[in-house]
Amino acid sequence: MIRLLSLLAAGLALGAAPALAAGPDLGQVQQSATNWPAIGMFLFFVLFTLGITYRAAKGSKSAADFYAAGGGISAGTNSLAIAGDYMSAASFLGISGLVYTSGFDGLIYSTGFLVGWPIVLFLIAERLRNLGKFTFADVASFRLDQTSIRIISATGTLVVVAFYLIAQMVGAGKLIQLLFGLPYLYAVVLVGALMIIYVAFGGMKATTWVQVIKACLLLGGATFMAGAVLYRYGFSPEKLFATAVQTHPKGDSIMAPGGLVTNPIDSISLGVGLMFGTAGLPHILMRFFTVSDAQAARKSVFYATGLIGYFYILTFIIGFGGIALLMSDPSYFKLGADGTTYDKIKDMIGGTNMVAVNLANAIGGPYFLGFISAVAFATILAVVAGLTLAGASAISHDLYAQVFARGRTTEKAEVNLSKASAVGIGIVAIVLGYIFENQNVAFMVGLAFSVAASCNFPVLAMSILWRGTTTWGALIGGLVGLVAAVTMVVLSDAVWVKTFGHPVALFPYANPALFSMPLAFVTIWVVSTIDRTRRGNRERAAFDAQYVRSETGIGAAEAHAH
Amino acid sequence: MSVVHTAGPPATSDARTLHGAGALDMPEPDHRLDRVSQHPIFQTLVQERNRYAWVLTGLMLFVYFGFIGLIAFDKALLATKVGGTASLGFYMGMFVIVFAFILTGIYVARANTRFDRLSADLARSLAK
Repeated sequence: MIRLLSLLAAGLALGAAPALAAGPDLGQVQQSATNWPAIGMFLFFVLFTLGITYRAAKGSKSAADFYAAGGGISAGTNSLAIAGDYMSAASFLGISGLVYTSGFDGLIYSTGFLVGWPIVLFLIAERLRNLGKFTFADVASFRLDQTSIRIISATGTLVVVAFYLIAQMVGAGKLIQLLFGLPYLYAVVLVGALMIIYVAFGGMKATTWVQVIKACLLLGGATFMAGAVLYRYGFSPEKLFATAVQTHPKGDSIMAPGGLVTNPIDSISLGVGLMFGTAGLPHILMRFFTVSDAQAARKSVFYATGLIGYFYILTFIIGFGGIALLMSDPSYFKLGADGTTYDKIKDMIGGTNMVAVNLANAIGGPYFLGFISAVAFATILAVVAGLTLAGASAISHDLYAQVFARGRTTEKAEVNLSKASAVGIGIVAIVLGYIFENQNVAFMVGLAFSVAASCNFPVLAMSILWRGTTTWGALIGGLVGLVAAVTMVVLSDAVWVKTFGHPVALFPYANPALFSMPLAFVTIWVVSTIDRTRRGNRERAAFDAQYVRSETGIGAAEAHAH
Repeated sequence: MSVVHTAGPPATSDARTLHGAGALDMPEPDHRLDRVSQHPIFQTLVQERNRYAWVLTGLMLFVYFGFIGLIAFDKALLATKVGGTASLGFYMGMFVIVFAFILTGIYVARANTRFDRLSADLARSLAK
């Protein structure tokens, strides 16, 4: 994850690259020439989604409408929205770029991102739908103390959202600078403003449909690209691989695991973070409350797993297509002093994150390039909107309604506060995006996954699955996991050495999840076991009621549709 | 299954009436819950489904961490050529992706038939 994002950031840091479609003679241009086909298509997307937001806003009145789209989303639609939340620009551009640079190693991420989904399905999805209403804190606090559990869940949510959002905002600014030729600040403000509009006016309904449309566009565009690549090689992957191996400077080694994960512990820790982080991402967990019942939740994960797996296979083909079709074409590279030589990896115009974008040009010309650029922008927009909604829900539904107002508030006041929070989060995201423009934000998505795996997931899983869990156990365990994950990342090479400039990293691995997640589970277990308070006993006794409802849905919140 | 008398901590029950998904959302009185948890169909459903889910979870963990373990400890094996250019690692990676999807399919197929039927039987039996 960290390495992937550092590739993304490194690529994007080369924002001073010439126009994508232009020849190499442009040299150092601060920002690319304005890309009109891309801007036109993107404007069309924005107008269309704003129309959807307007319609959603007219139909959204209750809290259930705002947080859970009235519970009326079908399994098929929800699976596209889940897949959309997951297929971020980092997945699309980052993984195809990673495949382009190192071949096989890209698969490590693709598989890691995917294998969390079966776990979500088998252990979490149906129970979540049966127990909860709007946020995963509803579920974790079902039989535990509302105040404590909502505080730890909301904190975990906001930390995940903050790091994820900063990384997306900075990536968005750089990407838009590169793709559309807009200045960084404009790009960040534009993304922030649009996500505020989607979330504050359209709530979950608009956020879901924006995500669905983007997922269809992205899957369609990627399918076309991968299909066109395979078409050139007579639909024989073997021919594609053979050409790629001949063209790539690393030759045959791109078909084998390389230097991406050198340390065994680190690769396993990465796997743990990717796998279980998925089951703790708040904006993903929220999607299980938008469907009518546990059956629909189950089906949406099944379809989503298929869509996401298919998408990662496409990015792999696109990465190899980039090797085979772009590497021997000098027009996609900045040429050296003699005008003919270039480094096939370092000199790619726009950096290796632009592989998919450059390949779009090679395959479909400037209009398809414009289409893919617009899709990449739409992708970022949809993902930040989902994150903002998750953050706003944690503030209004968990912190305000249950902790500060202690349930003595009206639905209307809560929804209004949620809308205000969305505006606040949007403004904070714009400011942070601006502040972090030239910082290394590569570690932040990795940190978000680690926190999700070490705080949100253990609290949620233990409260649903283990009778013995008490409030003290979940609270302290979640806190320990959160602090451990953040501390380990801060002491690791990415922050301690690269950002703070200390000579040696105090934590030797890039990914903390292998240590911080078990620590959280063990802490929950130990503290719950020694918790002999009367409240603890009551909570253990209340497990049976929760168990019946989580397994059968008897008494579960009905579909909220009017 | 022990007998449940409290549906939730009374101290926080006022917080649950308006918004929370707390236990007070549950319309059933306590004796009904007890009837459910003691019901033979409920016990069959829960036992079967939990066993199924944990076995599939175990399989997924085994396959994925097996793959990651090979990347970590035996890179040479994964570099072995299978057929022409494609390596064993490539096929294994693709297998992990397809396997994850198939596992979810197996679970859903089972849940749609067996578990949903058990749930429906349980609901019918409780309605009597």
